[in-house]
Amino acid sequence: MAMEFLTIYWRDMLRFVRFRVALFASLVQPALWMALYGAAMSANFSRLSSSIPVPHDAVSVSYLTFMGAGVIALTTLFTSLFGGITLLFDKNWGLMRELLASPMPRNNIIIGIGLSGVTKSFIQVMVIMGFGLLIGVQLFPNYSATEKLVAILGILLFVGVFSLGFLFLSSAISMSMETPEGLQAVITLLTLPLFFASNALYPISAFPPLMQALSQLNPLTHLVNGIRYFAIGGDFYAIGVHYFLTTKEVLMSLIFLVGFAMLTYAIAWWVFRKAVVT
Amino acid sequence: MPENIIEVKDLEFKYGDFKAVDGVSFFVREGEIFSFLGPNGAGKSTVINILTTLLPMQTGIAQVAGFDVAREPDQVRRSIGIVFQDETLDRDLTVWETLEFHGRIYSMPKDERKRRVEEMIKLVELEDKRDVRTRHLSGGMKRRLEIARGLMTRPKVLFLDEPTIGLDTQTRQRMWDYIKMVNESGTTIFLTTHYMDEADLVSNWIDIMDHGKIIASGTPIKLKNALGQDMIYLETSDNIATTDMLKALSAVRNVKATAHGMIVTINTDGTHCLPIIMNKLKEKGIEITSVNLKKPTLDDVFVHFTGRDIRNAGAEKLPKFQQKGGTR
Repeated sequence: MAMEFLTIYWRDMLRFVRFRVALFASLVQPALWMALYGAAMSANFSRLSSSIPVPHDAVSVSYLTFMGAGVIALTTLFTSLFGGITLLFDKNWGLMRELLASPMPRNNIIIGIGLSGVTKSFIQVMVIMGFGLLIGVQLFPNYSATEKLVAILGILLFVGVFSLGFLFLSSAISMSMETPEGLQAVITLLTLPLFFASNALYPISAFPPLMQALSQLNPLTHLVNGIRYFAIGGDFYAIGVHYFLTTKEVLMSLIFLVGFAMLTYAIAWWVFRKAVVT
Repeated sequence: MPENIIEVKDLEFKYGDFKAVDGVSFFVREGEIFSFLGPNGAGKSTVINILTTLLPMQTGIAQVAGFDVAREPDQVRRSIGIVFQDETLDRDLTVWETLEFHGRIYSMPKDERKRRVEEMIKLVELEDKRDVRTRHLSGGMKRRLEIARGLMTRPKVLFLDEPTIGLDTQTRQRMWDYIKMVNESGTTIFLTTHYMDEADLVSNWIDIMDHGKIIASGTPIKLKNALGQDMIYLETSDNIATTDMLKALSAVRNVKATAHGMIVTINTDGTHCLPIIMNKLKEKGIEITSVNLKKPTLDDVFVHFTGRDIRNAGAEKLPKFQQKGGTR
């Protein structure tokens, strides 16, 4: 059985651990984001939403908790979108010709980079959750130990599938690009609509209809749904908005993400099969 | 006759409208060092990229180690080793990791892989650099590591694209020692290089390519003999009269004018012929202002066949050698 993707994985993880600065930055950056943006915005949102009445028996979560899930999702998005960039560097300055000239089937490259990217995302997510708990994000409220474990596994499942989808996409883009500048431009262009047309940092219920429809096609929205469902619960109030997610809806979000990953894998596979690097 | 390890027939390759390779046929015998020479842009790299399956086959047939390049690319890939012209190392992996990585992506079984990695590190004398990242290696060490990597899987053919480019003279010499050693252990070498003197010393056979075609083919000696046995450079007080006189001599094969004098290629031993020529010129009252005698080098052969310095002057392209491609 072809297990060469483990070699690609091994190498990418070696490099990840070896670049101490990059490793450190990738862990500190989301924590900073949560600390600064979270502190600033939660004060504002709390002031605005304090006037909106919430039913007595309902669960009400702070903005910091609400956006905690969003920060996890956004960090995963950024990390994954840039996860394929190593392929571009390999293509321009290194190992790609050695890889493409080898008898190893090329989908091993896609899978290997996908798995190492997912591993990096998992590490980041765990760090963010830990840091979030430290600064007062109320994850897993009143959960038993088993419930916490299930919740964490659920979050990792969503993060993993989502991450794979964007890593495959990133690999496909990196393989098609000639320069890092081009890649940066394309990824920045992709990031903006994904970022804003999502429920990561604010509720979508007040969006104009078109943007609401777009946000439903946005994988980020579905990731955030999954994370909130597992981290906070399926029924809560935040920023004066009632959030209600059934298990079925969460399952649909997961299926959406799986479909997205399959699509981007197909794109990456197509790009790699055609790829000529001389 | 030994088997041909590479056979290429009527190979053509176009980039858009530009025909980079224009109907090339040649073969390489098993166990030899085959040099593929030509000016930049001649089409050499395109041919190598097709043979190593990095470029798709457009027109023609190519077989490497008995496998069809177009139909059995995976078998071809398993049979060859490649040292690319540009560095293709991961600068953040160590020497050991580089080889281990290679062995793994070529699916070498663990025991053999471990053994081979150690053998290769020893072969290219990088034992004390084992755990050093490749970014800290010198140019020569990097090349040696790449050769070691190319040899890991015991390829039948090792493609070496400009293996000594950018290296100092001493390191180049050592590189050739390695390459010859590898060849002596049975690996066929397919080589491109810009250093003619090096190609001359190591090659069993040379093909020269230009403008997408093979324009000359032969052993180094045979190619050099095509230019005559010796070359004499002369400057005289009357170059035109001298040329006429020399052309009448049976020992003179060709006289080619240069800016200030002429290059005379002769069929006999120059050390005896030169005094005779000098005496004859003296008899006619022509004064010799400069003289030089030398054996033709592969550089001369190269210039001669590719016409690099005469192409602009519109001189003849020596078509008689063109039929030689692919016939031995």
